[in-house]
Amino acid sequence: MYAQMVKTDSSRLKTLDEMSPEERAFQERIDRGEKIEPKEWMPEGYRKTLIRQVGQHAHSEIVGQLPEGNWITRAPTLERKAILLAKVQDEAGHGLYLYSAAETLGVSRDELLALLHSGKMKYSSIFNYPTLTWADIGAVGWLVDGAAIMNQVQLQKTSYGPYSRAMVRICKEESFHQRQGYDIMMKMAAGSDAQRAMAQDALNRFWYPSLMMFGPSDKDSVHSAQSMAWKIKINTNDELRQKFVDQTVPQAKYLGLTIPDPALAWNEDKGGHDFSEPDWTEFFDVLAGNGPCNKERLGARVKAWNDGAWVRDGLVAHAEKAAARRSGPVAAE
Amino acid sequence: MTAALPDVDRAAFVEFLTRMGDNTLILGHRVSEWCGHAPVLEEDIALANTALDLIGQTQFWLGLAAEVEGAGRNADALAYLRDAGAFRNVLLVERPNGDFGHTILRQFLFDAWHLPMLRALERSADPRVAEIAAKAVKEVAYHLERSGDLVIRLGDGTAESHARMQAALDDLWDYTGELFMADASDAAMVAAGIAPDPASLQAVWLAEVRAVLEEATLTLPASTYSHKGGKRGVHSEYLGFILADMQFLQRAYPGAVW
Ligand SMILES: [Fe+2]
Ligand SMILES: [Fe+2]
Repeated sequence: MYAQMVKTDSSRLKTLDEMSPEERAFQERIDRGEKIEPKEWMPEGYRKTLIRQVGQHAHSEIVGQLPEGNWITRAPTLERKAILLAKVQDEAGHGLYLYSAAETLGVSRDELLALLHSGKMKYSSIFNYPTLTWADIGAVGWLVDGAAIMNQVQLQKTSYGPYSRAMVRICKEESFHQRQGYDIMMKMAAGSDAQRAMAQDALNRFWYPSLMMFGPSDKDSVHSAQSMAWKIKINTNDELRQKFVDQTVPQAKYLGLTIPDPALAWNEDKGGHDFSEPDWTEFFDVLAGNGPCNKERLGARVKAWNDGAWVRDGLVAHAEKAAARRSGPVAAE
Repeated sequence: MTAALPDVDRAAFVEFLTRMGDNTLILGHRVSEWCGHAPVLEEDIALANTALDLIGQTQFWLGLAAEVEGAGRNADALAYLRDAGAFRNVLLVERPNGDFGHTILRQFLFDAWHLPMLRALERSADPRVAEIAAKAVKEVAYHLERSGDLVIRLGDGTAESHARMQAALDDLWDYTGELFMADASDAAMVAAGIAPDPASLQAVWLAEVRAVLEEATLTLPASTYSHKGGKRGVHSEYLGFILADMQFLQRAYPGAVW
């Protein structure tokens, strides 16, 4: 998912009896399924955790422009180019909604971006993998947007009103993205030998990184338990990963592609697939900055920000001049 | 398909449509290079949107060019399977992006031509041309509003933003004259009532440019020199690299369906 391993500042879950009256009233509202709105009282830990989660999600949307942007100028037809441009534009729009949702928690977009640029805040591990062929653009739409939807559909039910509403808008667009990605895969899988090989190779490279998007198992994590009690998180990482695998296996079969996991098998007893865990060492390496594209991705964002400083300064200076001109004659009267 | 206008020189008509489509294709390509790298998130969105509009217009212009040509090609074949010498865009649109100021100024100088061009084409004797122009004119009116506004705000911003915008203007100015140069195929389009004389757009273009530059506190360059050649297929070195990028998959996997 786009927010991985979000910390909550909790060392253990408080019981209702241990909570202050305010905290208890807050927890009871959440338990009743009420939405929390920006101006309402909330525990500091809830606010901070949400800022981390929504901020990380926003950063993922904007960094996510880069691996797909990598193929816009090389898209194979005008139609594919237009679809990809529209998708990347959507992702930037998702970033915008999410930064706005974070702002309602008292943190500005510029503050969050400074944390991203200094490496103090992360974005999803998945965007540190390269898009090497056109089939990767299909695989990203199919698998990465697919995994994102798995996470975001449940987050529509999240307890924080602005985040929940942002998710509702975003989910509609994400399902388009997934369909468009799958459509690319269908064309490639039904195409020439070279195209089919590209499609299989893309699945080989993106399968495990997509499973990593959900984060390591959090069934014993206190942060996860706290987030679930606050309904900032609705399902565990393992539940979402299982759903994702179960959804994706028949889609791969329909394409005639092989999921790169010899252990993958239907398990009648659990009513789901057994599958191999991704290499979590690799996951932690990527989070630590050692993925194949960490330097390029963060470097590109920092460069864009630094190169754009004169533009932002110029726009602010103009707005100030224009305001001064507007108030000038009035003040003189 | 040109039966409605039997006396139109088909080659000249294809030439005109190709020029329209190549301008939007190459500018759309350049603008799309910004994706994910803009100074603020709102500009990432706006630049992607501009590129998307231009690629959409390309599909219409090159689609009609292929139809009028009647040689069994389509818009993709024209975009992806012609070499640089067959491209007919003006040199202005293949100029490198440079800094954000360069990109916005290039956009503004183009938009200020594009809008009156499309307004004239809305009255084209060829209904297909008029229809495409009517669709594109709304998008391009917005492009011009936006690029003009940014030129003003950055021109009249800080000393640095002013200097950068003036440098971009000085750099790009000599590439604007080509927009207004006419040749025999333009004359054929005028005679058939399909398109305006390019020279006839210059006065309204200059009025728009002067008004915006004045508000932007920028100085109109004194140079009267015009680089030219794109309209007849003699391009800068940049176009070859644009096409190497754009056409890579179609060239590497001939005949594949994507
Ligand atoms: Fe998104
Ligand atoms: Fe998406």
